[in-house]
Amino acid sequence: MNQPTLNIENLQLGFKSHVGMSKVLHGISLNIRKGERVALVGESGSGKSVTARIILGLLQTLPTARISGVLEFEGRDLTKLSAKQRHALRGTEMSMIFQDPTSALNPVYTIAVQFTEVLRRRQPKLKKLLAFEQAAAALRQVAIDEPERVLNSYSFQLSGGMNQRVMIAMALINNPTLLIADEPGTALDVSVQAQTLDLMHKLVQEHQTSVLFISHNLGVVRDFADRVYVIYKGRIVEEGATQLLFSNPQHPYTQALMSAVPRITGGGIPNIPDVSDRYSDPAYIHPASGGEL
Amino acid sequence: MPTSFIILFKRLFTSFIVLIGVSMLIFTIARIIPGDPARIALGPNATLEAVANLRANLHLDESIIVQYGYFIWNLLHGDLGISLYTNRPVLLDIGQFLPATLELVFVAGFIMVAIGLPLGAIAARYRGKFIDHVIRILSLLGVSAPSFVWAVILMLMFAFYLPIFPIAGRITDSYTIQAVTGFLLLDTLIAGEYRAFGDAFWHLILPAFALALSGIGQAARLTRANMIETYDKPYIEMAQSYGFSEKRIASKFAFKPSLIPSMTIIGLDFAAMLGNAFLVEAVFAWPGLSRYGVAVILRKDLNAIVGTVLVISATFLIVNIIVDLLIAFINPRIRFSTRRS
Amino acid sequence: MKRIIFILLSNPLSLLGLFLVTLVIILAIFADFIAPFPEHRGAVVDFVNFNKAPEWPYIMGTDLVGRDIFSRIIYAYRISLLLGVFVLSIAVPIGVTMGLIAGYMGGKTEYILMRITDVFLSIPPLVLAMSIMGLLEPTLINGMLAVTVMWWPWYTRLVYNIARSEKEEGYVLAAEIIGASKTHIIFREILPNCLPAIVTKMTLDFGFVILIASSLSFLGLGVQPPTPDLGSMVAGGATYLPDSWWLTVFPGLAILVAVFGFNLVGDALRDVLGAD
Repeated sequence: MNQPTLNIENLQLGFKSHVGMSKVLHGISLNIRKGERVALVGESGSGKSVTARIILGLLQTLPTARISGVLEFEGRDLTKLSAKQRHALRGTEMSMIFQDPTSALNPVYTIAVQFTEVLRRRQPKLKKLLAFEQAAAALRQVAIDEPERVLNSYSFQLSGGMNQRVMIAMALINNPTLLIADEPGTALDVSVQAQTLDLMHKLVQEHQTSVLFISHNLGVVRDFADRVYVIYKGRIVEEGATQLLFSNPQHPYTQALMSAVPRITGGGIPNIPDVSDRYSDPAYIHPASGGEL
Repeated sequence: MPTSFIILFKRLFTSFIVLIGVSMLIFTIARIIPGDPARIALGPNATLEAVANLRANLHLDESIIVQYGYFIWNLLHGDLGISLYTNRPVLLDIGQFLPATLELVFVAGFIMVAIGLPLGAIAARYRGKFIDHVIRILSLLGVSAPSFVWAVILMLMFAFYLPIFPIAGRITDSYTIQAVTGFLLLDTLIAGEYRAFGDAFWHLILPAFALALSGIGQAARLTRANMIETYDKPYIEMAQSYGFSEKRIASKFAFKPSLIPSMTIIGLDFAAMLGNAFLVEAVFAWPGLSRYGVAVILRKDLNAIVGTVLVISATFLIVNIIVDLLIAFINPRIRFSTRRS
Repeated sequence: MKRIIFILLSNPLSLLGLFLVTLVIILAIFADFIAPFPEHRGAVVDFVNFNKAPEWPYIMGTDLVGRDIFSRIIYAYRISLLLGVFVLSIAVPIGVTMGLIAGYMGGKTEYILMRITDVFLSIPPLVLAMSIMGLLEPTLINGMLAVTVMWWPWYTRLVYNIARSEKEEGYVLAAEIIGASKTHIIFREILPNCLPAIVTKMTLDFGFVILIASSLSFLGLGVQPPTPDLGSMVAGGATYLPDSWWLTVFPGLAILVAVFGFNLVGDALRDVLGAD
């Protein structure tokens, strides 16, 4: 029973257009064990977000997308599932947190309506009143004091931090096996982002939820993830336990990425080359990554 | 909600200003035309004295500002003047013909919304697929012909070749219905004449569809465009990644946000229908404002023209106020907006 | 530009649109050479061949005084297109300028200009044109004027909305900071950004002008006989339905074909130029 929550091997993605194929993912491999928090770090356009959308099965419906490779979720081969079976996993076994919580909530429906819809993914016949109670309980879990007021509000009436808590509660309310967090809270103030990340950290630990944390910010990842994958232009360039990777980055791109984090202690914005041939060096896998932490 | 009231009052005020503008515009056009309305009314055989008397009665010799003053004064007393064509008060004439037109327009408006919006939503949900192309072509065809052409085509197909619907008129002559509201669909129900109701309804279908077709096309195109824009919003991606069903997204989570920008234009389409009703009425011999309007225009019957345009514009403004309220009702951003300093 | 042409030519629907528009324009320009009976555009009577169902050489039949309907449709296209050119070449500059000024200047100017626009927009287009038409003598020029008067406010509204959002953009602020004149900002900075939307709307409107003009003449308030006009042809034949169906069906379809063509091209332009 030590099967990983998610196992990706040699995943490739290309988009077909009238001029030919443009490849986005060049065979990435990635796995997440049960309850493990894994970060996927890279700059924008490196293929982080498309990976998340493939796992959720959203890209598969695109007629121009060409996907190949192994994609297993709890031992089930996602590539062999029908669209309907993939759909059944979304919002139940998998859920997602978005970059900007305020724009990810529907502006013309109250939070309660959206919670009800999410809850009915697991409990299709759930009564409105009961859904409201369950949602209120979930909101208390994310340290919201007046859940009734929040539930009857629209997203634009709440602060970004409040919306982020709502989003976290919504993402975890159906007790998913895998939570994908795509740049969570990047649109928020740094302090609010930190608070909500702490909250998320606490909750996923309690629920033993596996997390795929997608970010461009190494600093945020450091406190959150057990293990880190660094992705560059559709290829994994380095992988390792968070501490190992941070204390001893091996791949030139990772090193560049790390020195790019501005430090509050001075030194200004570091000077790093945009593109370097060495970024295409073969991937470095830290030795401890296969075993226990 | 107090904010809704503020919006309503603001809206009413603007509409009032616009209505005054409309009256001035129409009045100006009516008074700067060549030709003497008094002479036209009395005919070529009238004596000069009679013409002069009528001119004095109609205040035609005063300056245009004074004439406008008289006009507004009378208007405030519910007096739109006497029609030179029918020799009856204009308000009475319009009151007699307007309900038939409004009945037609309301039913057509309902058809436009009931068919156009879902068609647009379906096209957006299946964008790029076969059904989308079919809906796009059909709705483009719908807006590509004036309603009198559709009236002729529908009449040929469904009244002559396939005699399903009546060819003309509002109701079979054998029914005599007490006029209460002037709306036959209501009056027949008030009178308890259910067969007459069915008959009136049956008479309405072809004209209403002829009038609605371009509106259906317009509404479908608009809804499709707005929904495709909405489908790119993060909250729809959120709905998809939480596994909300595509049907629920198309009919609810993407539909309602798209409806808000569509509704203003749909209100304008409704206005176009008030005008296009003239065309359809002419084909189906519908006893509405059309025949009266064209007759008074051809006879340069100033009071009647000004009155007709004013009543139609007022109807249009009222419809637009209703549309604005509906938008405020479905858009919580307006409903709960706190006034910015 | 090359990209635009390529996309237009690669989509079957826009190709169909281009074909229809070109066809209508060629028919209108070369009417004298294409029409089988050019003299039938005027007050000609031929009581031997009156009210004939379609048969060679009258491929769309003849009207009540024996004129070839196909020839009259071709000449009606010529008038319709002339009308479209006339209306748009007056209405668009006026409407666009008003919209630019209202959108950029703001304040009282904006309020007054936009309320004037609202006044025109709150009279149903056809009713406005009808009342103007009815008060003037029903001639072709007056018909053009009537349609023009109802047309400009739509451009004011369109351009106003774009100008209002564009004036907050960085490039306009930058131009203001370096001291560019208002005229320069309005016509050299903001106007170019409105052009895709204007061009798209003009293409669509070419069709709609034809549609409205035919509606006016259908009511007897537009182009007067014997000048051939699609609207009055339909009106004249409507009482002879269903027996003499060709009197109404062919002119009606002629309107549909022309307007549909312009709409297809306008739609394709909208997609390509990214205007709304």
